[in-house]
Amino acid sequence: MKHLFKGIAVGAALLSAQPALSADRELLNTSYDIARELFASYNEVFKEHWQEKTGETVEIKQSHAGSSKQAQAIIQGLKADVATFNQVTDINILHDRGGLIPENWADRLPNNSSPYYSTMAFLVREGNPKNIQNWDDLVREDVDLVMPNPKTSGNARYTYLAALGYAQETYGDDQEKIDQFMSDLLSRVKVFDSGGRGATTTFVERGIGDVLLTFESEVLNIADRFDNGEYQPVTPKVSFLAEFPVTWIDDYVEQNGTQELAKEYLEYLYSEEAQRLLAGFNYRVHNDVVKEENADRFPALQLKTIDEIAGGWENAMETHFASGGKLDQLQRRR
Amino acid sequence: MASQQHRVGDTPWIRRTLIASALILTMLMLVIPLVVIFAQALSSGWATFAENIGNEYTLHAIGLTLFVAALTVPLNLVFGTSLAWLVTRFRFPGRKLLITLIDIPFAVSPVVAGLLYLLLYGRNGWVGSWLTEYDIQLMFSWPGIVMVTVFVTCPFVARELIPLMQQQGTEEEEAGVVLGASGWRIFRRITLPNIKWALIYGVVLTNARAVGEFGAVSVVSGNIRGQTNTLPLHVELLYQDYNIVGAFASASLLAAIAILTLVAKAFVEWRQSRPEHPAPEKGGV
Repeated sequence: MKHLFKGIAVGAALLSAQPALSADRELLNTSYDIARELFASYNEVFKEHWQEKTGETVEIKQSHAGSSKQAQAIIQGLKADVATFNQVTDINILHDRGGLIPENWADRLPNNSSPYYSTMAFLVREGNPKNIQNWDDLVREDVDLVMPNPKTSGNARYTYLAALGYAQETYGDDQEKIDQFMSDLLSRVKVFDSGGRGATTTFVERGIGDVLLTFESEVLNIADRFDNGEYQPVTPKVSFLAEFPVTWIDDYVEQNGTQELAKEYLEYLYSEEAQRLLAGFNYRVHNDVVKEENADRFPALQLKTIDEIAGGWENAMETHFASGGKLDQLQRRR
Repeated sequence: MASQQHRVGDTPWIRRTLIASALILTMLMLVIPLVVIFAQALSSGWATFAENIGNEYTLHAIGLTLFVAALTVPLNLVFGTSLAWLVTRFRFPGRKLLITLIDIPFAVSPVVAGLLYLLLYGRNGWVGSWLTEYDIQLMFSWPGIVMVTVFVTCPFVARELIPLMQQQGTEEEEAGVVLGASGWRIFRRITLPNIKWALIYGVVLTNARAVGEFGAVSVVSGNIRGQTNTLPLHVELLYQDYNIVGAFASASLLAAIAILTLVAKAFVEWRQSRPEHPAPEKGGV
């Protein structure tokens, strides 16, 4: 029994020995799973900014998991002040099923409440041996592709939509040709992983495939990490606008008394300082000065929105990714 | 006796093949992975290892994990003992059903267990929506983690005790009653000494599972770093961050706990197999 109490005492001591004791304010940011380092850096910048502005110190807690899981957790009572996701649909759910934010949440901050964005790009092996330049190179018989599964991964849905955008641009109203192109592309995929990180592992660690299809930010990250040019990024001429939406969660910030803090936390993402930091993490940003500085890393391209390609997210999910939808039909064609 | 009798496969080369394949499988499936954990954890040297363990979030994860185990183990110790006592010392309708129900946490996948708790105690859950009105938050904070851990580990102690207590029967305790001892005294002087080692064995298993539980905790934790991230969740998080050394450093702590558990388990099994009161060798009337 004595040991037991000792154990509890030690545990409690360890728990309470954490920081947070000293901060005046606290904020909980729920985010997608690969954004940890990004927000670890941004939080330092923001803490300084908030202290300069108000004199208060602030402790920012981070929660990271897949953004659909995070949305579920918030609906079930995870009292997050802000959500910084990589899927617009996952924020919509907070309104549709949770009633926690107003329907027009996207209009509350500039650029559709997406302070940074990315697009879908290709990663090829050293010297680009298969000479991959654009989407039509991907359907050649000698090219093997690696991407996650559009059924389970948002990342892969983006790639699917980006390819669809290219096909629509190229073939216009010829639905048969568009379908053929999409079906050819899917049939070139050698491995469908369940998530984006898994696909990266397949391509990099297992050495499978000629082209990895994923976010431009991930493509640039990998190219940077292997400094020796083992991998090269290729940005196609047409691609998809992948937004990274943010919102404060009205019901919870009211309960937590963090309205101003949460709002400022998100608004400051649009500041020049934060935008430069985001660009450093290989995301595309809106600030003109920072854009200019990074012009060579982010080549100009034609970005199509979800509305142009599939008439909005709801429609896209229903027509393309639902069971028996377009994706299933295309995969059955061969 | 006929100890020279030949059994099927009792030729030297079959025996050797069997032993060799068992050894190779054990090496491939158990020993090498375990060694790899420690090798990876130390692959960048002791300094990096210490730095990763000394990280503020890792320390918190260790603290939280120990804290959860420190609450779970005593709760399940009391629960398991009472339950075993109840079903082996009393006859009542529904007793068999109760013994079967104890195994539910073993039969249910931990993820499902986590979801059940979330649906019940979450903001929109039956109980949860009522608790929310009183501003009581169980899920996505440490009470929720303790709740699911207790659920997942609750059969261990009872499962260890029930067969033993059934086998031992009630005679000694009945003698105690006849001699006028109180219930508590009977438990302390007769029952407890008899079940001591099985009880410790159950506790060791409970503790190992409580420390290592991932699935159920992952659902109700909310993954808040430095607040609700337990050690197994922390390992996954570090791994996804490409911090391989950090992930393996934390994993090596879990592996060390597992090895300690095995040592404790082996010791308890050894004690259990030794008769507590060796039968008198001679002169017993």
